[in-house]
Amino acid sequence: MNASYHWLKDFVPVDLTPERLRDLITERVATVDAVERLRADLADIVVARVVEAWRHPNSDHLWVTKVDDGSGELLDVVCGAPNVTQGTLYPFARSGTVMPNGMKIERRKIRGETSNGMLCSARELGLGEEHDGILPLEVSVPTGTPFLEAMRVGDVRIVVDVLPNRPDLLSHLGLAREIAAATGVALDWLAGRAPELSDAAAAQLRAAAEQGPAAVEALAASWGAQAPTADPGDLVAEPATDGRGGAMAETDGVRITIEDPEGCPRYLGAVIRGVAVGPSPAWLRERVEAVGGRSINNVVDVTNYMLHGFGQPMHAFDLAKLGGRAVIVRRARTGERLVTLDGVDRALDPAMLVIADAERAQALAGVMGGRESEVGEGTTDVFLEVAAFDARGVRRTRRALGIASDAAYVFERGTDVDLADAWLRHAVYLIRQVAGGACPGPYADAYPRPVVRQPVTLRVDRVRRLLGEAVPASEVARLLASVGFSSTVAPGTEMLTGQEELLVEIPTWRHDVAREVDLVEEVARLRGYDAFPNELRAFRLGNVPDDPMRLTAARLRTALAGAGLYEVRPMPFVAGAPEGYVRVANPLAENEAFLRREVLESLARRAEYNLAHAQRNVRLFEIGAAFAPGTAGPLPREEMRVALLVMGDRHPPHFTEDRPPAFDLWDAKGLAELAAAAAFPGARVELRPAGDGGVLWLVVVDGRVIGRVTRVPLDAPVWAAPAYGVELTLQTVDSSPVAPPGQSVGLTAPGLAVARDVGGLAGRARPAFRPLPTFPAAEEVVALVAPDGVTAADIERVMRQAGGEILEQFVLVSEYRGPQVPAGHRSLAWRLTYRHAERTLSAKEVEGRKQRLVKTLETELGVRQRA
Amino acid sequence: MTSPTAEFSADPAAAVERLVERALEDIARADTAERLEEARVRYVGRKAGLLTELMKLLPGLPDAQRRAAGAAVNRAKQGLEAALDARAVAIAQESAPKDAADLTMPARHQWRGGVHPVTLVIDEISEIFRELGFTTALGPEAETEWYNFGALNFPPDHPAMDAHDTLYLGEGTLLRTHTSPVQVRSLQRYAPPIRILVPGNVYRRDFFDPSHAPMFAQIEGLSVDEGVSFVDLKATLTHFANRFFGATKTRFRPSFFPFTEPSAEMDVLCGTCKGSGCGVCKQTGWVEILGSGMVHPAVLEAAGVDSERYTGWAFGMGPARIAMTRYGLPDIRLLYDSDVRFLEQLARPVPSGAEAPVPSGAKE
Repeated sequence: MNASYHWLKDFVPVDLTPERLRDLITERVATVDAVERLRADLADIVVARVVEAWRHPNSDHLWVTKVDDGSGELLDVVCGAPNVTQGTLYPFARSGTVMPNGMKIERRKIRGETSNGMLCSARELGLGEEHDGILPLEVSVPTGTPFLEAMRVGDVRIVVDVLPNRPDLLSHLGLAREIAAATGVALDWLAGRAPELSDAAAAQLRAAAEQGPAAVEALAASWGAQAPTADPGDLVAEPATDGRGGAMAETDGVRITIEDPEGCPRYLGAVIRGVAVGPSPAWLRERVEAVGGRSINNVVDVTNYMLHGFGQPMHAFDLAKLGGRAVIVRRARTGERLVTLDGVDRALDPAMLVIADAERAQALAGVMGGRESEVGEGTTDVFLEVAAFDARGVRRTRRALGIASDAAYVFERGTDVDLADAWLRHAVYLIRQVAGGACPGPYADAYPRPVVRQPVTLRVDRVRRLLGEAVPASEVARLLASVGFSSTVAPGTEMLTGQEELLVEIPTWRHDVAREVDLVEEVARLRGYDAFPNELRAFRLGNVPDDPMRLTAARLRTALAGAGLYEVRPMPFVAGAPEGYVRVANPLAENEAFLRREVLESLARRAEYNLAHAQRNVRLFEIGAAFAPGTAGPLPREEMRVALLVMGDRHPPHFTEDRPPAFDLWDAKGLAELAAAAAFPGARVELRPAGDGGVLWLVVVDGRVIGRVTRVPLDAPVWAAPAYGVELTLQTVDSSPVAPPGQSVGLTAPGLAVARDVGGLAGRARPAFRPLPTFPAAEEVVALVAPDGVTAADIERVMRQAGGEILEQFVLVSEYRGPQVPAGHRSLAWRLTYRHAERTLSAKEVEGRKQRLVKTLETELGVRQRA
Repeated sequence: MTSPTAEFSADPAAAVERLVERALEDIARADTAERLEEARVRYVGRKAGLLTELMKLLPGLPDAQRRAAGAAVNRAKQGLEAALDARAVAIAQESAPKDAADLTMPARHQWRGGVHPVTLVIDEISEIFRELGFTTALGPEAETEWYNFGALNFPPDHPAMDAHDTLYLGEGTLLRTHTSPVQVRSLQRYAPPIRILVPGNVYRRDFFDPSHAPMFAQIEGLSVDEGVSFVDLKATLTHFANRFFGATKTRFRPSFFPFTEPSAEMDVLCGTCKGSGCGVCKQTGWVEILGSGMVHPAVLEAAGVDSERYTGWAFGMGPARIAMTRYGLPDIRLLYDSDVRFLEQLARPVPSGAEAPVPSGAKE
């Protein structure tokens, strides 16, 4: 919502700078996004007085003047205007000032006389076309006052971020109502709506309103105690028949029919004959432009003025173009087309509501008018539409056609159905003011099912319980009244201090208030959120245990960051494939239309990104979700996983050695073991050779395959080192419904006793303590020759069995193939550590054990000790 | 001892060998750079080195001997030069002061990894709320429309949905647009009191630009119990702001979310201008940090919770935004590109002095 500072001040004459007003609106109403000065180009112009003026000695049309610009020194200024008058105030540009047209005012000699600046005309200031002379100012301000402060020119645009629940704030009247409530300054809605009215006219209207029609009184009452009651009700005739209850109405021979009362709850029309369509007067043009619009012509500008001033979208048709003297609100016919105001020929469908004449669609209801019936130069008779349209219908039509319009924006959020007649009368009045014409009336009002609003009960004690502070019933009523809610204490509850119940009437413009809690919000907001204390109060511990994933993820981050990897959080969208992947129905890009099946897919693309930036050392990990088509129910199968990718140097370079070796498969295996141990502490982790080209190992935890170690194929330059990846599934995410809508399971976990025990350790064996050794160990290296096909794991298994209790540890220290061992064999060497818990082992004992070990290896595996 | 030159003519190979032996002894005995230089001049000096002298004799040898003798001399020369160089290095090392290794040289490091800046922010936020008894709850990123919108009081086909431009997966299923579905799941599963914190990824159909990404992290909190009020909301969130940003001021202002009523945005004083107004805060002196509000009774009812007996409050915020402010990031894409140069920058510990050099061992 673009609000004009001046326009708002017409409605509510507060004495606040634009910045103060911004803060007030932000704190009480809706966030102000920006404050923009529309005539910043006049910021340096000041008000100055011509103290003396005499004829230029060398010219018959120039004047030489002495100007007081408030600097304390009189300036010599040469002036060519015939109307320069001694003692009068004028806008003045000091030397150095840059004018709106870009010209810089310099001190210079004009036919021998020095001139220190320029007295300005309206045209020079961009304020009009008059150039008969300089602009006399009828204000009483000290000389030197900035022109923008002294005069009502140079509006300030206040951009308000109105949220979708408050369409009533999409107008100056709506914002002014809130400003009035927040400041206590009375809302003068009459002044606000017709700035061109003379005081006399305004007084006349106020007087007329005193005996005005019932609708006007109802309107005035709905404004609350501060609102003046007035309406130019005598300027347009009353409806001949009360439109309530009928889907048809007629005005000046034009017959209105609502065929779809769901889509159009109310439709009013008036005919104005003999208008002179032309440029708008300055005040109207300024208003339209102040809110960011473009002046079109006087009639159309009035409709936009009503939209931005009062929040009621309107549309003016050229009556001559409406066939059959009929206006029909109906669904579009199959195959029907309409060229809208923006010149686009649009295909309509029967879900769309249109305004049609006897023959064809002439406008998209609530969205945009048609080009054919547009009001233009040749228009003499106008049919003015003021209606209410169903918000969802307007939204559907607008979105289906891809149209954005101010009217649709407001209708989508909701207009005030009940005030539509007041706005119609005012619009007719304004059109006649600016374009002439006559409205023989009476206007038509089709309102088949008038909206009936029920009062909402507000318990004062509920206010206290929700807001945390007691607000007395009287204050609640006063706060609500300040923005148009009227309330009475429910009979029988008057004496129950703090327990009163208020029956609150909801103003017709407040679509957001339907429940008690909505009124509680109003109370909090109108009282000011900052009026509530920041008092930390006692609380009870919750029933929800910590999700185990929290600790799992924390351990993984510590382990993997500690191992030199960087955590990343990339997008999960991938090129994918129709089979096996979950597709996004409306993807942002067709080449990333699927959700990743493996986290490694994201990491691989990120590695390629780094290679493209000449980074060869890439070490990344992510803890994130992977998706696969669901087997049970409509949702995908979702798993939390950890994945990592390494490539490049194994460690940073150091001057004591040559270039570090690159990461290889053994690093990947180690990282997989590290990650598995961090994710599943206490679990048995096994890396099972996969025997498949890309997959190196399967990661088996407690007997379950939960991940794998792979070579990662990349789109990589020749200099890139090979990439290795690890991916482990941590948890299957439960996305099944917890309970049917409206129901709960209501678990009461025994609080944090459970919460603190989770994290992967619960139910798992923790390592048991063994006394630290007190007797020395014996170490030796045994080199074995193993035929191909016997694995290190086979040999270690036998060692574990045959080594007995005294074999404390064995570590593989070398692998060798070459001339020293027979073909089809390799040599493997282990360092064995023997130790007895209670005594020192003798050399004989150790040798004996080793011999037995070697013998067993030979019998079971054909592995011999190397000579 | 016969002169080498005379001997050379007789048996070149033996002469060269003996000369090399003597030379190696001299080189080994040289214990200073000066003495080593003397040895060098004596044997391989360009003008009068003994080996050089032998070379001059080569043309005078019979053809049969010349080739072999030349090769022997050349080998000897290369060998001696290598020995001289090695001895020079050894002398240099021996002469280096014993306890004065150059300790300014860089350390040996392992690679330094790091946790993502957005995770760091989430962890810091969590830490503060965990002190206040909030536990962590998580939920699926692929959700049903009911959990994402319906249960959270979103009116169907309403402009409130415009801010939640949604990536749909199928009929009634979508990628969650906020972490709030976890509120509903937790409210359905557990009885109040509920005090949870929900970090997680959320999705919007927003194209990448400097301040938008189609997926980003969110963290939200929920407190539901008897007697929980707007005062609790304000006090807890103000406490959080003071802890997270250091002593600051907060401002609560009206807002709208379908799932809270009343709704409030919380601002903190602009960290750049301390409230006086600057470009960062669009001249307002305040920076928006989070959205919050009292849980709408319709949400409690959708989750089967008695909305008369229980009340609650909730908040949500974007850790990526906070990370951007904290690290001065001009473009949100930096957080998702996973550029190792960026990750390395942020993971590096802050040097103790502003001019402290980056240890070269840490460079990638």
